[in-house]
Amino acid sequence: MTRSAAARRTSTPARLLRAPVAAAGAVIIGVYLLAAASAPVLSPHDPLAMASRSLLAPPGGPFPLGTDQFGRDLLSRLLYGARVSLAVSFASVVLALAGGGAAGIASGYYGGPIDGLLMRVMDVIFAFPAVLLAIAIMAVAGTAVWTVIVAIGVVYTPQFARVSRASVLATRGLEYVEAAAALGAGARRILLRHILPNISAPLIVQTSLSLSLAILTESALSFLGLGTQPPTPSWGNMLAESRRFMAMAPWTAVFPGATIATVVLGFNLLGDGLRDLLDPRLGS
Amino acid sequence: MTAFIAGRLLALLPVLWGVSILVFLLIHLIPGDALQLFLGTQVAMTPAQMEELRRLFGINKALPWQYADWVGRLFHGDFGVSLRTSRPVLPDILARLPVSAELAALALVIALGIALPVGILSALRRGTAADAAIRLVGLVGLSVPNFWLATLLLLLLPGRLLPIASIGMYVRFFANPIGNLAVMLLPAVSLGVVLAAVIMRYVRSALLEVLANEYVRTARAKGLREHRVINRHALRNALIPVITVVGFQAGYLLGGTVVIEEVFALPGMGRLALTAISQRDYPVVQGVVLVIALLFVLTNVVVDLLYAYVDPRVRFG
Repeated sequence: MTRSAAARRTSTPARLLRAPVAAAGAVIIGVYLLAAASAPVLSPHDPLAMASRSLLAPPGGPFPLGTDQFGRDLLSRLLYGARVSLAVSFASVVLALAGGGAAGIASGYYGGPIDGLLMRVMDVIFAFPAVLLAIAIMAVAGTAVWTVIVAIGVVYTPQFARVSRASVLATRGLEYVEAAAALGAGARRILLRHILPNISAPLIVQTSLSLSLAILTESALSFLGLGTQPPTPSWGNMLAESRRFMAMAPWTAVFPGATIATVVLGFNLLGDGLRDLLDPRLGS
Repeated sequence: MTAFIAGRLLALLPVLWGVSILVFLLIHLIPGDALQLFLGTQVAMTPAQMEELRRLFGINKALPWQYADWVGRLFHGDFGVSLRTSRPVLPDILARLPVSAELAALALVIALGIALPVGILSALRRGTAADAAIRLVGLVGLSVPNFWLATLLLLLLPGRLLPIASIGMYVRFFANPIGNLAVMLLPAVSLGVVLAAVIMRYVRSALLEVLANEYVRTARAKGLREHRVINRHALRNALIPVITVVGFQAGYLLGGTVVIEEVFALPGMGRLALTAISQRDYPVVQGVVLVIALLFVLTNVVVDLLYAYVDPRVRFG
């Protein structure tokens, strides 16, 4: 108790430093965000420019990570791909967080028929394997950027609904919430001022873990040709294109996959570390 | 137990109802006219003929009636007709089902084979370098896309180990068990490794939680040997909840087969769906999605019942 009270007094960055796992994850994610933001500066080449004299050139020289079958620079494509893959993943998780969070809070706070209805809807979404539902939505809705965002967002909504509902249920009966209600605070004020701040910890952890899944799902969709469409580079469609040439040019398959795995690891480390930090009961 | 089973099956009904509505609506999200989609662009018809066909197909009615017709046909095993082959959808899907089921089952076996010993070891060596290394490897395992792992395995192995990993060489298990397993090995490993990481983490924390219990301390205090404490008292209780993880992860397995079948050109349900998507053969897509969702829901019911059977606290609690 005294330890967590002390931890609460220090700032978040300082607490992150004391949780090396979360810090390592945050550093990886920070590097990726920076790289994506400064892709136009960092990229040695135009990601779409084809160099017909250097098809499938090995890493080194003018092409630090080699080129693909059209002679396009792999590093530049990975950097620009980061923009697409990260933007789509963040947007879809924000969608899931907003939708699932709102549904979960309403469920937990009001209970009764609203709770029953919303949670049954979440059960139905949960009844589909995530990747399969995303594939099905993409198949019928077409492959625009916003459909990818909606497809992934819908698939990861129930987790947020369940997490926030459970937290609201745990918070709602606490004395300070009852005190606020007794003082005449309205539902809106209680939810925003008293309940939301206290359920944010599990939602933050869930956001980090969902981001790792969203990146994996976006790349799987693009890998299957149902996500980001060529020639726009995304990590998943780069992997898909590499399949026919990987025996000759293994770098075309190795680097995009390693790029995905590293940033997903970053979000997993951050999520795991934050959970240990924010919820001492689950700590190791 | 009977009451528990009945309750669990009853709770299934609203979910199945919702699933059927969602799958039905999915196909109606497609922009454009369903009949035009069926006929393609090559067939010219008068509006009167189109209207006659709509009446014939029952797609001139309001959506709720179409839904009722569709569900009615589902109960008779009629999942619709492929737009490409004009064959009934369900038999084609069921013919592919064993491939996907075998892939998922093998992946699960591989995952458990890795996760149980490693997770137990990690918990028992808690706080040591070995534990830290195992946990890090576990996190990396969670982060690797399974289709990339599949690609890497194909890249690294076939040169030396030609009999395995021959793409497009699928044979049925009962026709040639060894040949079948050789072809299925790499796909199952690609799919199973991520699952191994998930289960391993779960086994570790479940065992640690049990080891902190008073009855474990009692067992130690009364002088039992450590292996007896672990085997008789701790492991039994720690491994029961692992059953539920398998239930959650059935979704990962079923969804993963779609992607992995595509990489290894295995003739499973997932590949059928992806081919159908590229051909805009929506009844087949709809059928596969429905069948996989049903499998997922049923798997979870079986897992729940199994859990209640093994752990009486669940069914009486």
